[in-house]
Amino acid sequence: MQKIGVFVCWCGSNIAATVDVKAVANALRSEPGVVFSTEYQYMCSENGQNLIKDTIRDYKLDGIVICSCSPRMHEATFRKTALAAGLNPYMVEIANIREQVSWIHKDMTEATDKAIVLGRAAIAKVKKNAPLTAGTSPVTKRALVIGGGIAGIQTALDVADAGYEVDIVEKSPTIGGRMAQLDKTFPTLDCAACILTPKMVEANQHENINLLTYSEVESVSGFVGSFKAKIRKKARFVDEVKCTGCGVCTEKCPSRKGLNEFNMGLNTRGAVYIPFAQAVPNKAVIDASNCIHFRTGKCGICEKNCSAGAIKFDQQDEIIERDYGAIVVATGFKPIDASAFDEYAYNQSKDVVTSLEFERLMNAAGPTKGTLLRPSDGEHPHEIVFIQCVGSRCSRDASKGKEYCSKICCMYTAKHAMLVREKYPDTKVHVFYIDVRTPGKNFDEFYRRAVEQYGVDYIKGMVGKVTVEGKKLRVQGSDLISNEQVHIDADMVVLATAIEPDPTARSIGTMLTASMDTNDFFTEAHPKLRPVESPTAGIFLSGVCQGPKDIPETVSQAGAAASKVIGLLSKNELVGNPCVAHANELLCNGCSQCERVCPYGAITYVEKEVRGPEFRGTKRVAVVNEAVCQGCGACTVTCPSTAMDLKGFSNNQIMAEVDAICR
Amino acid sequence: MAANVTTEDILRISGVNPRKCMKCGKCSGTCPAYDEMEYHPHQFVYMVERGQIDKLMQSKSIYRCLTCFACLERCPRNVEPAKLIEAVRLAVIRQQGMNHMTENDIPALLDDKLPQQAIVSAMRKYKK
Ligand SMILES: Cc1cc2nc3c(=O)[nH]c(=O)nc-3n(C[C@H](O)[C@H](O)[C@H](O)COP(=O)(O)OP(=O)(O)OC[C@H]3O[C@@H](n4cnc5c(N)ncnc54)[C@H](O)[C@@H]3O)c2cc1C
Ligand code: SF4
Ligand code: SF4
Ligand code: SF4
Ligand code: SF4
Repeated sequence: MQKIGVFVCWCGSNIAATVDVKAVANALRSEPGVVFSTEYQYMCSENGQNLIKDTIRDYKLDGIVICSCSPRMHEATFRKTALAAGLNPYMVEIANIREQVSWIHKDMTEATDKAIVLGRAAIAKVKKNAPLTAGTSPVTKRALVIGGGIAGIQTALDVADAGYEVDIVEKSPTIGGRMAQLDKTFPTLDCAACILTPKMVEANQHENINLLTYSEVESVSGFVGSFKAKIRKKARFVDEVKCTGCGVCTEKCPSRKGLNEFNMGLNTRGAVYIPFAQAVPNKAVIDASNCIHFRTGKCGICEKNCSAGAIKFDQQDEIIERDYGAIVVATGFKPIDASAFDEYAYNQSKDVVTSLEFERLMNAAGPTKGTLLRPSDGEHPHEIVFIQCVGSRCSRDASKGKEYCSKICCMYTAKHAMLVREKYPDTKVHVFYIDVRTPGKNFDEFYRRAVEQYGVDYIKGMVGKVTVEGKKLRVQGSDLISNEQVHIDADMVVLATAIEPDPTARSIGTMLTASMDTNDFFTEAHPKLRPVESPTAGIFLSGVCQGPKDIPETVSQAGAAASKVIGLLSKNELVGNPCVAHANELLCNGCSQCERVCPYGAITYVEKEVRGPEFRGTKRVAVVNEAVCQGCGACTVTCPSTAMDLKGFSNNQIMAEVDAICR
Repeated sequence: MAANVTTEDILRISGVNPRKCMKCGKCSGTCPAYDEMEYHPHQFVYMVERGQIDKLMQSKSIYRCLTCFACLERCPRNVEPAKLIEAVRLAVIRQQGMNHMTENDIPALLDDKLPQQAIVSAMRKYKK
């Protein structure tokens, strides 16, 4: 007969005020197999744990049951306690009599009865437990960062500085992300390029960082510590080693139809181009869809003019396969498509622009060299209307906008308004707002400066519609404070459009089995306590891919993600979870159903010689890779031949619990 | 006079939940009849929420609304202010002897610039 010990915790008054803990301890003492049963004020305290340890040793216990809070809270604690007393940590069961009993019941008799029943179930289970030993798996000391915006760059630099190798995979031809497109940045108004470019260069030159630009992750397999990624390095049609970035080809290219992505399509570029002057790597790339050579087989002007001989029309995509211990998602965001906002005449007038387009129009490296000119006629605008919350805080439907607040637009709109007033004091600036949200260090002061020092006209209310009237944009909105409808004849309208995750985020999430919310932002393992980790082990989150953020927040989060990555890569091996699935070869008929439901790809099949009472011979049977299995149990409920079982949660154990409850 | 019409009545007739309103004023920014109204679309929503139904029922504003549905179309929170206004009008019509006009009055008011939709909604508004 096994010897089981029972420990009932009061949790101060949390449990004891609703559950008669003495009665529970007494009732459970008479269960078969129980040789010791007691209660104590705080089982998790040092004294409580010592009580458990001493009892395990004195009574030579084979298993223990703790009636306490949820196992999510202290299962790990009590397992360690058991181990310290020489008991296998998987011989510990927890009956949750706090969250499932005292916190949800009022009546003491009822609560006490339920606590006893849950205790009995745990005793029945622990008697069927078997000691389990967790396996270990090695850690590849290299990290993969997906996305080379400020988030990805910062995480990569921090991990690389700690001495680990990092690969940055960036889908566009240069790193830098959205920040590279910005003009000046709130709240200090330093120029984005001046603070970002040095980091881009540092990432490029760092001995531990390997940049894979114009590349995309195609597939990922494996698990924490040993991921395998397949990366497609798209053909640039330019030899990256030979190209010196002189830019001669970009000037000579006769095709000028390609929309300049960096300038938000406000102007065009050649088919061979370098995204912007400070691009990293500073190498040309050919956009085949606009290249005359790829369409007609002729031209080749770039090739003739390149003194480095770098143009390679026959270059092919390259597939790179590498192993990583950790993966960081830093895929960032894009502004939503403003064309859904017909009422703001975005499609009708070139002078209605999004805020990101406005950044380019104000930027010295932009299409107008930093002089603010109307895109329609190149004239200087004298009256500008900014509209906040375009497509944010909108619960209508997904095509019209996002339910969340995009968080950054109040601040960048104040920035835009202020910069315009500073550069062009003759220009009137109005901002329509619902609320001005400025919770950040020096943020509200910044916004007040726009109002008080720069005379920006903030109007509380929303714009209902914008109509094109000749050269003017007629803006009709409400002023809720004066309770009037206002009409402004503006020269330009700027839409503070909501931001949304990069469109590739969903496929990356699926590839990594990293969970996402309904808006396609990546979900953190715990919203407060584990904000930079995905619930999937080994996957970390950095930047706007997890939720709207400004640069200061992005950089802090990027550093936090790096510290988690460093913590993981510093280990030589990882201890796994022994509660994994296992197939009974005698019962398995190789039907493949478990493989199809396993979200982690942990199941494979082998032809195997099997010898049992009913079957002898070779058959196809399922094999679980214990290092990959997360113990979710999907396979066990799917298996039609009841061959799959979960160690620590076997059908046998669960049935024993149910029997004990129904007794 | 209309003391017996409650917020609940208006909400039931309209199917609108005024608590969804975030008080952005886009409805009023959009409304083509704004200047004709004593109470504007966003105020309508707020006043229904506050139970000031009497004031609304007595206001001429409810007949100034064109039922163009611009507010309903543009509201970011799907509040549908036009439906509230319609509900208040209905509440008035349902009161005995409170018809704003009879159908015989309509032909005299018609002019060729009036959109058909407005005539339909006028019939609805002022039905006996
Ligand atoms: C108009 C505007 C003005 C702003 N002004 C300010 C300001 O003044 N101050 C401030 O603090 N913040 C400002 N911001 C916010 C700032 O831009 C962001 O906080 C910052 O860019 C977030 O960085 P990130 O790296 O998370 O994302 P991103 O900058 O979006 O970078 C993500 C990178 O990942 C790449 N990527 C995406 N998907 C993949 C994939 N599947 N595979 C490979 N690569 C991928 C993208 O190409 C991109 O390079 C502004 C934002 C906007 C829109
Ligand atoms: S491909 Fe040749 S011409 Fe073009 S930038 Fe590179 S070195 Fe210069
Ligand atoms: S940050 Fe400001 S402008 Fe942007 S959605 Fe939130 S409230 Fe609206
Ligand atoms: S439906 Fe009525 S309240 Fe709404 S916008 Fe049209 S006229 Fe104004
Ligand atoms: S548009 Fe909608 S949310 Fe905004 S004030 Fe009007 S009813 Fe309220």
